[in-house]
Amino acid sequence: MKLELKGITKRFGTFTANDSIDLVVEPGKVHALLGENGAGKSTLMNVLFGLYVADEGEVLLDGKPADFDGPGDAMAAGIGMVHQHFMLVPPFTVAENVMLGHEQVKGAAKLLDLEAARAKVKEISDRFKFDVDPDAVIEDLPVGAQQRVEIIKALSRDAKILILDEPTAVLTPQETDELLSIVKDLRDAGTAVVLITHKLREVQAVADTITVIRRGKVVGTAEPTASQAELASLMVGRDVSMTVDKDEAKPGKVMLTVDDLSVVDEEGIARLKHVSFNVRAGEILAIAGVQGNGQTELAEALLGVVPTTAGTAMLDGEIITDKPIKDVLHSGMGFVPEDRTEDGLVASFTIANNLILDLHDKAPYAKGMALQPKVIAEEAEKHVEQFDVRTTSIEATASSLSGGNQQKVVLARELSRPLKLLIASQPTRGLDVGSIEFVHKRIIAERDGGAAVIIVSSELDEVLALADRIAVMYHGEIVGIVPPDTDRDTLGLMMAGAHEEEAA
Amino acid sequence: MSAEAVKKSDDAPSQEGRDWRGLLREITESSWIVVVLAVVASLVIGGLLIIFADPAVAEAARYFFARPMDTFAAAWEAVSSAYTAMFRGSIWNYSGDTFVQQFRPFTETLTMATPLIFAGLGLGIGFRAGLFNIGAQGQIIMGAMLGGWVGFAWHLPVGLHLLVAVVASMLGGALWGFIPGILKAKTGAHEVIVTIMLNYVAANLLAYALSTDAFQRPGSDNPQSPVVDTTAQYPLILGESYRLHLGFLLALAAAFGVWWLMERSTWGFRFRAVGANPRAARTAGMNVSFGIIAVMTIAGGLAGLAGSAQVLGTEKALTAGIAGSFGFDAITVALLGRSRPLGTVLAGILFGAFRASGPTLQVAAQLPVDIVLILQSLIVLFIAAPPLVRFLFRLPTPTNEKVVAA
Repeated sequence: MKLELKGITKRFGTFTANDSIDLVVEPGKVHALLGENGAGKSTLMNVLFGLYVADEGEVLLDGKPADFDGPGDAMAAGIGMVHQHFMLVPPFTVAENVMLGHEQVKGAAKLLDLEAARAKVKEISDRFKFDVDPDAVIEDLPVGAQQRVEIIKALSRDAKILILDEPTAVLTPQETDELLSIVKDLRDAGTAVVLITHKLREVQAVADTITVIRRGKVVGTAEPTASQAELASLMVGRDVSMTVDKDEAKPGKVMLTVDDLSVVDEEGIARLKHVSFNVRAGEILAIAGVQGNGQTELAEALLGVVPTTAGTAMLDGEIITDKPIKDVLHSGMGFVPEDRTEDGLVASFTIANNLILDLHDKAPYAKGMALQPKVIAEEAEKHVEQFDVRTTSIEATASSLSGGNQQKVVLARELSRPLKLLIASQPTRGLDVGSIEFVHKRIIAERDGGAAVIIVSSELDEVLALADRIAVMYHGEIVGIVPPDTDRDTLGLMMAGAHEEEAA
Repeated sequence: MSAEAVKKSDDAPSQEGRDWRGLLREITESSWIVVVLAVVASLVIGGLLIIFADPAVAEAARYFFARPMDTFAAAWEAVSSAYTAMFRGSIWNYSGDTFVQQFRPFTETLTMATPLIFAGLGLGIGFRAGLFNIGAQGQIIMGAMLGGWVGFAWHLPVGLHLLVAVVASMLGGALWGFIPGILKAKTGAHEVIVTIMLNYVAANLLAYALSTDAFQRPGSDNPQSPVVDTTAQYPLILGESYRLHLGFLLALAAAFGVWWLMERSTWGFRFRAVGANPRAARTAGMNVSFGIIAVMTIAGGLAGLAGSAQVLGTEKALTAGIAGSFGFDAITVALLGRSRPLGTVLAGILFGAFRASGPTLQVAAQLPVDIVLILQSLIVLFIAAPPLVRFLFRLPTPTNEKVVAA
């Protein structure tokens, strides 16, 4: 089935998310939709899937206008979508999830026909070598398998066009490779695949056609043979350096010593198991791993947000575990949290106030109990300028900023005092290429200024770009600490639990 | 304190407290226009209820098809007489003979508003810090008990006596706010439940105290205390003809103090941060537990001052009904005022007017005083559901709602 979008325009208030976008998706082809976060890719697909109504333009299926009033219509017309956040019921089995929404019944009693659903799952799973058990419960499955269930769900409804929205964000490098080969198989079977992504490597690996979207507009199409630099500059609108310029690290004295640190969560599950390592001044230790393997707990335990159950951490000779968070921050730790909207910012506060969240009761921002609005405003102006935060006013709320600018506010706050240790979790998650470049430069500048730096990242590209040493975590343990020139495959295997020797 | 206890207390507001928190945020951040329209909408619906409740309208409606205008005239008569009665009872009695009679309703409004403003200010601080404090009633009672006792049992010089009595009221309320605060901070006990229960404890404690020799008026079997010494009474600020007392000015001063605390002090900064996003506040090194305790104690202290306005100002003696329903009305006042000091003062005066107009409504318009309660309740209903108001008046959805684009 051939899909055409003609002049699709979608506005939210005064904001134009899609500006007369044209797109043709051919059957049996992989069409990559490349663009930064916020470029309007997901909006476009939500229009196509019937979740939004376009203000202008039309959708054609095999040349005939299609008017979808909700996802049900889109699915009936043969469009399937795998969302970035899976739409699965965790305690249900694979077959139950696949059946959900178009349940078949049998007999006079109208019992659910689970057999038919199981058979369908099995048939699709076998056809594409998905290796999914129809009776497995979703919450027991790894993320990669859950994603395959989503694909089975779409295919079980005879999807001729499959939309994958940022499908690799949650996958290990190996799972990503598996997914890409599935995409190729689907294409060869005649399905049209729309791949939404901002990852250049994946686009180059599978795409037949590439459409680049920037600020809601189609800014160009490219052949899969185009270089990463070409694609990136199309995406951002200017030349960007794909590599991070940094000098050789000059490690100084040991700044942070972590010894036997353990965290057990409220359910009694061990999240961090006897982790020991150290970081020197002037070096970046990157912590790699698939999300949910204890990296978050490690960072939060060092700050003191999560209570530790064993072990110690020492910052410049002083024990920081079990110190109040305030004291840890003031002893020279900068902390960029993984979830900036939940942990890093107060969305309803102004930018100026967010810039002093940790220092609001210190001079010069406060005299005694009285805040000093003038000083706060002056300092905010300075920081906004230095960190290139794009905003109309320092009195604008943090929620009005884009993700990249929110992250710049967090960085401006954390880097505005002298640091011995900077911990940055997922520092560029959801950021556009331009902002990523900026954030990386700042982090390296902090290292070169003599701070010890810990980067927690699930993006292997980022780890490889920044790290002076790489620690790989799996199931709450550090499986190995390796040099930055370790190859991707080895790291990938370590991220799946293999020890360094086995992986290499 | 063990690490585990700390964790529990900080998780509590982020989980089961989330719905309350979201509701509070929606109300405290809703626009003025929604608040004003909520009042308008409830006056309109209140008008309809008056029409249905009015016997003259019912009479005229029986021959509606013969002479429909009669029904409309009767309806208009019922609504206008009700609302003009409310005006006469609360703002300016134009049918009064003397200036005192004409002006007294407005001073009554301000007198009634005084405890509402005090307690509403305290509740507003809590709301902005993400705490749904339902305990103003109990805090007012405790404030009135302690302040009243100092007022009638102690005999101190002029000036000092009032000061000590006012401070005692504040401490009484503050204690009743501190208890749920520390329970929430240390054990995660939900403030809604704890404060509701403490309201009962306070009310029954007062009833018991008024049956003991220490509190009961000598020679009386009624549950009332001796009259507080004149040295401990708030001076009347407009002379003997009016009941308006110094407590009202103190309430205005408190409003300014709360504004400074919340907008200009480091404490208020922390309270607001904890209320808007406790996780970010904690990550930035703020002590969330301390914030909870401080907010509840300050809120209790302000409610205690509301008790002082009653026992040292308006009533001048402790009775079982000293707190009336001020503690609950103050919740509405704080919500209607969007938890801001100026808004709370204005909302307190509006609700003071409702209260002051009750008797006139009953006597002059022959309408049940319940209509005032219905109006008050409708206002709460509307401000608790901003989308409903926006729908009724066809207002656009606010633009600060997240733009979905990725």
